[in-house]
Amino acid sequence: MVENRPWLTFLAHAVLITGVAIVAFPLYVTFVASTLTAEQILTVPMPLLPGSHLMENYAQALSSGSTMGASAPVGRMMLNSLVMALAIAIGKIAISVIASFAIVYFRFPLRNFFFWMIFVTLMLPVEVRIIPTYQVVSDFGMVNSYMGLTIPLIASATATFLFRQFFLTIPEELAEASRIDGAGPMRFFFDVVLPLSKTTIAALFVIQFIYGWNQYLWPLLITTQENMYTTVIGIKRMIMTGDAATEWNLVMATAMLAMLPPALVVVLMQKWFVKGLVETEK
Amino acid sequence: MEKRVVFRSAWLPYALVAPQIVITVLFFFWPAVQAIWYSFQVQDAFGLKTEFVGLRNFSELFHDSHYLDSFRITAFFSSIVAAAGIAISLLLATFADRVVRGALAYKTLLIWPYAVAPAIAGALWAFLFAPSVGILSYFLRKTGYHWDWVLNGDQAMFLVIVAAVWKQISYNFLFFLAGLQSIPKSLIEAAAIDGAGPARRFWTIVFPLLSPTTFFLLVVNIVYAFFDTFGVIDSITQGGPAGATQILVYKVYYDGVKAADLGGSSAQSVVLMAIVIALTVVQFRFVERKVNY
Repeated sequence: MVENRPWLTFLAHAVLITGVAIVAFPLYVTFVASTLTAEQILTVPMPLLPGSHLMENYAQALSSGSTMGASAPVGRMMLNSLVMALAIAIGKIAISVIASFAIVYFRFPLRNFFFWMIFVTLMLPVEVRIIPTYQVVSDFGMVNSYMGLTIPLIASATATFLFRQFFLTIPEELAEASRIDGAGPMRFFFDVVLPLSKTTIAALFVIQFIYGWNQYLWPLLITTQENMYTTVIGIKRMIMTGDAATEWNLVMATAMLAMLPPALVVVLMQKWFVKGLVETEK
Repeated sequence: MEKRVVFRSAWLPYALVAPQIVITVLFFFWPAVQAIWYSFQVQDAFGLKTEFVGLRNFSELFHDSHYLDSFRITAFFSSIVAAAGIAISLLLATFADRVVRGALAYKTLLIWPYAVAPAIAGALWAFLFAPSVGILSYFLRKTGYHWDWVLNGDQAMFLVIVAAVWKQISYNFLFFLAGLQSIPKSLIEAAAIDGAGPARRFWTIVFPLLSPTTFFLLVVNIVYAFFDTFGVIDSITQGGPAGATQILVYKVYYDGVKAADLGGSSAQSVVLMAIVIALTVVQFRFVERKVNY
């Protein structure tokens, strides 16, 4: 702050509080709705104070889903989401870190060609090649499987690029010293490069976990059996056409459950999250 | 920049890049090539016979009034989402950069929507504005406004814009805050000593210095509005009413998956690929040069 202007400080707080309130309002209403009965929500306007059915709604959603729409238990969906998010985050980091290591620490024919091949995938988001990608996956018999949900999404141009940038900043002396001491490339990779990359890996993990958890279009295509639904897909399947037919209390309880893990990751790992976000995109 | 010290091996580097390259070829390049190939073909209703038709799918596409409408809708939707998202987050970030007390609390409370999936953001806002039970619909009706986005296309568009912007504010906010914090304090202080007030300082120093961030966010937000808002649209309106919120990505999905029109949907995919490539090229050209003074 350059100078003391009380009214401006006041204005700043007023704007920020308004912003926070607008951002938080949907979350608050969602939480309240998840503690009411379906009938209470249908009385217009619905109460704006939490009701007493919190445990019932969450227990029902987790163990048996909604009664009118998708009847798969949300507990199972949460497990699917978790497997998908972890497999995508770990898979992306694993295959990107070795690919960038090869590209930075080796000279070999086609090196630049491979780098550009990985880089160009930035321009081919899944949304523009929906049907042919689905066909490839179904030809491999991977529909309704964890393999089908995760493998097509784990190629990562951004992670490869980020690791490459980071490896280029590792001092040459470290590689020199390792070679003089007789360490081979993989020894150097595991003993020097990986330990140095810890923070980059943590930052990427946070971003990619959220990316994996929040996938929508891909699981929508790949999962046709209820026991393979992810939580995000499950919510959509619980919303029926027509307000009265939807059990909003259960939908909103499921929405809270779907938001909780990634939100916790963002809030608790804020430092790494911000680092990962700002660095992967720049 | 290249490493001077490198390792030598005839096979190891290939083994290391192999997993990434195999997945890239199988799930990115091969499907992209197939999309281009299908876009030159027409399939009969039972999927038994395919015929090579050259550019006919494309010429039909650009004579199809629904497709042209979808283009117009996408342009409108993405420019509003990008502009509103950037303006709101810049306002919040500027003030958040100013406050000392409670700065971390504000930041934490503003960034969590990043963790919300677009489809869930859609479900939340669909509930708030649900025509009969929604709490905000109730207040709107009380003021005498006739609110029913299930039937009214403009209201449906408004709703998907609100949900899409709400979801994206946290992302823009973080980048603006990082940008603001990298501006040297000495510049601001010098201007203050010369007698420039807060508003003058913002428009003549802070805003121009933020232009690389703003430009970057502009491209990212347009890409977001083009592709990532699929979940928002699908969970609120499914492209309706009467196609009023059917953005290009939703139309590709609808025509390909629901209407099973392989050739037409692939032709749309090819057009979308061209748009993404153009956006990416623009982004890199400008990021290299840095929009700055």
